[in-house]
Amino acid sequence: MEILVCVRRVPDTSENEIQLNPAGNDIERDDLVYSINEPDNYAVEEALQMVAKAGGTVTVVTVGSDDDDEEVLRREMAMGANHGVLLSDEAFDGSDGKGIAIILKAFVQKGKYDLILTGVQAEDGGAQVGGMLAAMLDYPFASLVNSIVVDGGKLKVSREIEGGNKEMNEIDLPCVLSIQTGINEPRYVGMRGIRQVASVEVPTFGASDLGVDASAVGDAGAKVKRMDYFMPALGKGAEMLQGDRAEVIAKLIELMKAKGGLN
Amino acid sequence: MVEGIQSPAQMTYWLITGRDLFFVLNVLGVACFFYIVSKRMTPLIRGERDWRFDRPLVRLERVLQFWLGQWKHPRYRTAGIMHILFFAGFLILATQAFSLLILGFSPNFTLPGSSGEIGHIYDIVKDYAATVVFLCMVVAAVRRVVFKPARYSVPARYGKGHPVDAIFLLALIALLMASESLFEASKAAFQTQQGQPVEFLAALSLPWMLKNVLISTPLPTLQTLHLGAYFVDVLTFYFLLCYRPFGIQFHVETSLFNVYFAKLDRGTVKPVRWGVSDEHLDQVKSFGVKTFEDFTWKHMLDFYSCADCGRCSDQCPANAVGRPLSPRFITIKARDYSFQHYPMFGSSGNGTPLIGSIYSEDEIWSCTTCGACEEECPLLIQYIDKIVDLRRGMIDDGNVPQSLQKPLKALESRGNPYGKMEKKRAEWTKAKDFSQTCTVKTLDGKSNADTLYFVDSITSYDDRMQSIGRATARILDSAGVNFGILGAAEKDSGHDARRFGEETLFMALRDHNVDAIKASGVQRIVTSDPHAYNALKHDYEDVPPVEHISQVICREVKSGKLKLDPVENMDNVYAYHDPCYLGRHNQVYDDPRDVLDAIPGLKRVEMDRCRDRSFCCGGGGLMLFYEPKEDERMGVKRVKMAAEAGANVIVTACPFCMVNIEDAIKVAGLEGKMTAIDLAELVDKQLVRPAPVKLEHDKLTSEVLA
Repeated sequence: MEILVCVRRVPDTSENEIQLNPAGNDIERDDLVYSINEPDNYAVEEALQMVAKAGGTVTVVTVGSDDDDEEVLRREMAMGANHGVLLSDEAFDGSDGKGIAIILKAFVQKGKYDLILTGVQAEDGGAQVGGMLAAMLDYPFASLVNSIVVDGGKLKVSREIEGGNKEMNEIDLPCVLSIQTGINEPRYVGMRGIRQVASVEVPTFGASDLGVDASAVGDAGAKVKRMDYFMPALGKGAEMLQGDRAEVIAKLIELMKAKGGLN
Repeated sequence: MVEGIQSPAQMTYWLITGRDLFFVLNVLGVACFFYIVSKRMTPLIRGERDWRFDRPLVRLERVLQFWLGQWKHPRYRTAGIMHILFFAGFLILATQAFSLLILGFSPNFTLPGSSGEIGHIYDIVKDYAATVVFLCMVVAAVRRVVFKPARYSVPARYGKGHPVDAIFLLALIALLMASESLFEASKAAFQTQQGQPVEFLAALSLPWMLKNVLISTPLPTLQTLHLGAYFVDVLTFYFLLCYRPFGIQFHVETSLFNVYFAKLDRGTVKPVRWGVSDEHLDQVKSFGVKTFEDFTWKHMLDFYSCADCGRCSDQCPANAVGRPLSPRFITIKARDYSFQHYPMFGSSGNGTPLIGSIYSEDEIWSCTTCGACEEECPLLIQYIDKIVDLRRGMIDDGNVPQSLQKPLKALESRGNPYGKMEKKRAEWTKAKDFSQTCTVKTLDGKSNADTLYFVDSITSYDDRMQSIGRATARILDSAGVNFGILGAAEKDSGHDARRFGEETLFMALRDHNVDAIKASGVQRIVTSDPHAYNALKHDYEDVPPVEHISQVICREVKSGKLKLDPVENMDNVYAYHDPCYLGRHNQVYDDPRDVLDAIPGLKRVEMDRCRDRSFCCGGGGLMLFYEPKEDERMGVKRVKMAAEAGANVIVTACPFCMVNIEDAIKVAGLEGKMTAIDLAELVDKQLVRPAPVKLEHDKLTSEVLA
């Protein structure tokens, strides 16, 4: 099975203190550390586990601009992905979700993939690309996938639905799936692994290589534009439960049930 | 003429002369033994390199102390003394056994120098030795059968116990002693009856008693007993010799080598590959131990040398709290694997991965590297290096618990396991109350100092532990030390990244810190974190000498530069908890105690498990992130020990101990009755100062310390 996983480099939310810049139109990026978007990492792990069972290769691709994006690809290649591809062009800068999907679609059509995986959403994004990519390719799409079973030429995929229940779907190949975190336990990659794939070539494709119309992507093609960045005003403070310990526990359980935290 | 008793060599057995028969038996026995041992050595030859041929004098000294001197044995009184007795007995009887075997085909054989006075003394000593060994075997068997010490039992998850095997071996040795004694006694009885000169038998020894029993036995019977005893003795000797390599008694042969080649350097971790420099490590295809053959030959020798005495696991805190780790079975399982995959006949070794077959992931991650097992082992078997090597193998395969992946990645990108910003590393110095009275320089090229305070991650970033940092700074200040910190240029020491098997990450952190330390131009380093202390002292090279703050305090209290006020509350009873990386791994036991004893009016007690038997708090560094499977926290056990000792204040000298012990006090429900304080915090509090300083941890510990 030939699997393509679309990945993205994002500010690491667990290792950053996210603050607005003084202009208020972006976050302060000077001291940020970046890493692979976490759901994408789960998608790569899932792809690796699938080819370990069913055979095939895993390719990771990202739309990015520089060496740092290549670093993310190398991390995934250190995990075991066979190929990494960087889609980079000045014309891609400032793409909205649709722009990214157009670029990825062009790349997908250059190759032959049975399955395309994306993370459920980028930590700094809006969970748009997977669905749009599927629509552009006219492939079936399943989102929020938290288990995959290969069944002949089809896949059985499940997703979690409200209240912790699972829904099982059958889906034809080729298809696009957006992968939920928790589907597996991604393997660890350290500096040594990345160093070992440091000399593997990562091809770069630009707009002309992909046959992408530069005006349809990037700033020029973006139809969704960020207007503002702000911290929401603080809401009402926490609710303090009153009473003795037993009462507080009873109220807490009631609240948790009401909010869906307990069944 | 009176006939003398015939020696085994002079007899004829079914047409074969004794001389020929025993010669063949000896050759067969020795050949068999060498065949078995050569088979046992096969995996050692396939194993990894291990450089153990340096410093022969030091090694010899250790052989004298730990092998000949049986140094560790009395730590377990009864079993230890018994072992010393029969070890001495064996050494004495080795000569006797040798000459007895030769006697089979050379009837007039005597060892050079064994005639005359020395020979007589030896004869007496060996009679008693045989008696003592015989009695020890009886006592040991009774202990095994009747008293059944808990540390010998085998928990179900580790397989079946082998009490029958143990008794069988004890019986064989007893048989050996008995047959040797009978051989002599029958001869003596024979000679007495014939009125011949009799070899002297030591009074009340086993041969002496047997002789008196046999004194009126008919001569032909004595002749038969004499020959029969010899026959049994030879067979038992060779059976034992060839049987030992199949079980726990192989240590009789291997212990001398195991002690000679034992690790010499405390606190260190073995390199990924012996003989491969850091620069060439990238070319090494696979890191760590994944299959049995990835162990070094010395580690395999360790497996063979284990006497299965269970002292390691008896001391192991992980085993004590029900984590799935028992150091004893790390060894026993590996030895069983080796015996199974390197059989006496047929092909050997199939390279199956160890994790998932004989070891589980949790088992290997459960170790806190506290070193209690290694401290206890009479045969100097090492565990930490093996655990680290197995972890290196798992890291290399990407097989790392999710709970550890985040801190490891944060160490890589931010230089601390919490993922906090580098620029906030020195924030602890900016606390308002503190910065007004004590200025901490950052050695960034603009200012310099002769001493570096290496703070390390937990003390830099953890709100509670920052108090230890500020106390340390104030003490250094009061002692007139010209010191500074690296601030944002400091990264985690990498101590525990290395011990969790992430060697590449450790090397990156180390290289960064070494450069930063060198650039700072300091002449010495002080730290309040024993893990950093151990890393700087043993894992780093080319850095100035390093001291733990307790050593500095001890020196300056003695020099009079630091003066300490009496304790305010005379009812408090203090117990000092030895941090593993200060105590066991670096032998700093007395300095912290001397400091406590220098505080006027301070009442101090010792916990049962103190100094080199200290009980780990739960583990520091990355162990704080790991979620072990356990019945109880180590820290909870530890605070209960302090309570049993009658203490209500636990003093420690490590920020990780502080995390675990303070948590444990809450979990054990001892809040308000027990409190924990770092040695630096306590000293800071008791310092005689020119002007009073408001101390932050006053409020933390006020309920008990006030």
